Amino acid sequence: MTDSRNLFNKVWDLHACQTLPSGQDQLFIGLHLIHEVTSPQAFAILRERNLKVAYPERTVATVDHIVPTQSTARPFVDLLAEEMMSAIEKNCRDFGIRLFDLVDNRQGVVHIVGPEQGLTLPGMTIACGDSHTSTHGAFGSIAFGIGTSQVADVLATQTLALARPKVRKVEVTGQLKPGVYAKDVILHIIRKLGVQGGVGYAYEYAGDVFDRMSMEERMTVCNMSIEGGARCGYINPDQTTVDYIKGRPFAPQGEEFERAAKWWLSLASGQEAQFDDVVVFKAEEIEPTVTWGITPAQSVGVKETLPTIASFPADDQKVISEAFQYMDLKEGQPIQGLKINVAFIGSCTNGRISDLREAARIVKGRHVAAGVKALVVPGSQLVRKQAMEEGLDKIFEEAGFEWRGAGCSMCLAMNPDKLQGNEVCASSSNRNFKGRQGSPTGRTLLMSPAMVAAAAVTGAVTDVRELE
Amino acid sequence: MVQAITQVTGSAVPLLLDDIDTDRIIPARFLRCVTFDGLGEHAFEDDRIQDPAHPFNQAQFQGGKILVAGRNFGCGSSREHAPQALMRWGIQAIIAESYAEIFFGNCVSLGIPCVRASRANLEALTKLISADPRTSVAIDLLAQTLTAQSESGQQVKATVEIPPGAKQSLTTGGWDFLGQLLDGEPKVRAQVARIPYLQKFAV
Ligand code: SF4
Repeated sequence: MTDSRNLFNKVWDLHACQTLPSGQDQLFIGLHLIHEVTSPQAFAILRERNLKVAYPERTVATVDHIVPTQSTARPFVDLLAEEMMSAIEKNCRDFGIRLFDLVDNRQGVVHIVGPEQGLTLPGMTIACGDSHTSTHGAFGSIAFGIGTSQVADVLATQTLALARPKVRKVEVTGQLKPGVYAKDVILHIIRKLGVQGGVGYAYEYAGDVFDRMSMEERMTVCNMSIEGGARCGYINPDQTTVDYIKGRPFAPQGEEFERAAKWWLSLASGQEAQFDDVVVFKAEEIEPTVTWGITPAQSVGVKETLPTIASFPADDQKVISEAFQYMDLKEGQPIQGLKINVAFIGSCTNGRISDLREAARIVKGRHVAAGVKALVVPGSQLVRKQAMEEGLDKIFEEAGFEWRGAGCSMCLAMNPDKLQGNEVCASSSNRNFKGRQGSPTGRTLLMSPAMVAAAAVTGAVTDVRELE
Repeated sequence: MVQAITQVTGSAVPLLLDDIDTDRIIPARFLRCVTFDGLGEHAFEDDRIQDPAHPFNQAQFQGGKILVAGRNFGCGSSREHAPQALMRWGIQAIIAESYAEIFFGNCVSLGIPCVRASRANLEALTKLISADPRTSVAIDLLAQTLTAQSESGQQVKATVEIPPGAKQSLTTGGWDFLGQLLDGEPKVRAQVARIPYLQKFAV
């Protein structure tokens, strides 16, 4: 008999322990990742109720959000950050949880570390107190962000009360044009489906464009599912997935790996798989994309001009006007040539080795434009080490970039890396919300790491294809 | 068992804007903390600094219990600090056109009902409470209605929506899920035996 369930429903069914009175399922969580910002209050709940961690071996901790990227000497200069750091160290010690801390070279942004270590595997349910947990869906897992009360639920029971979402297949077929990256694909999808288009849905990304992508590119796509309103997004496991996992420290080994790979591949949505909705995009229509506003859907192709307010439905016009005002931009102006003050390469969206390689390729032999501050923050210590072995740090530094330690850094600016005043930042991160990069009036333009590199060396938004 | 929440009544705060993300509700710098205490005073801090007319700045909306918002409220970061900040500021329920999913779930875990109303009704409600901030707004979760009555006797009545699971949890006092999840332990153990990656991929 053929299974007409899509991957999402197969994996969900396997983890549903019972139906609760609310109609929600009690879902077992295969991997729980925690970090310093959203976990301390959860451990406080455990202490208050005198509870233990139910499956301590299924939770892994690292530190990323508050980590300074210039000096990690303790105590941190920021005493609040130091307090959070000590809290996670103590909580992990007291409750028997594995912690990749700053002196462990496996430390990094939680969504980079999980896949890198082989903790993230197909067919798992993965939760973390962080909305970009959707990243791990690249492996064909159900991965989603949760709040702190739910972090406590997972710690105490390894389960969550959740309602099953619907599943939408988002197909992209055809050939991407040169200079168009995974980041552009997801920005395009968000632009077309809107920032709340995915609410109530999990996204299955399918089609030959995703089939051809590397695991790192797939992670970039799944990472930003949440920006489109979808709590999780995933890609069916295939040989690319299996090859990526093989040999990673926490992945199954030997015969167990062979058995695992067979099971993983069997989970993929088949030809007959059913979906609640299907949308299709043509790869050829996707341009190098840049956001101009204050939501990730407010974007244009680099060759386009900014839209007019009147071109939006009446209901949307208020938020569009708000975006123009905050960004201090005008209707109809070209995005190309817009001056930038800061260039940031990093984050769980685009802080992996392939991102740094691509940016370095653009930067090589060029120099950061006068007056632009440019920094590269590798997503993990291992990404950083790999990049240094390849000499990428030298390329960036010779070009005038700052080469930093691993962490979230200017993606959300909880550490000392912040925009000043109303600076404009070309950023490879995922959110262009008001104030996101640390200055309440700072302005963020999201784009691919190659486009950030191009902006850094020219001092303005530039079509990266013109630098090739 | 926590308290059952069947209705919330009080004055309201009008914030009928779309796509308000959780970074705006509580900027990241205030997340440098190990408890949620004290977050209330920083709710919407950067928006308030830039806009003196922000409703959270205005004397007449202090003490408001019900927040009236637009579409996709609470999008972005999963930080529970956002509903915690609103709750500690005094908000006990939200009426909006729609919500981001993680924010919605966080609110349910804290016993904050989030109901949906049509744009037209939200606009009528906003008009009423802006004209008379002492307007009393009542949300009845069981009947799924909202009733707003200004001091001058003007009224807005509307139906509101709430997903059945959230409604059940809030109105029966089942919104603290931890107890229920702990009780499910035998079923969890049985399920663990069937999950391949927990059994060396041999099941
Ligand atoms: S890199 Fe940015 S989006 Fe990713 S986990 Fe860190 S703060 Fe969140």
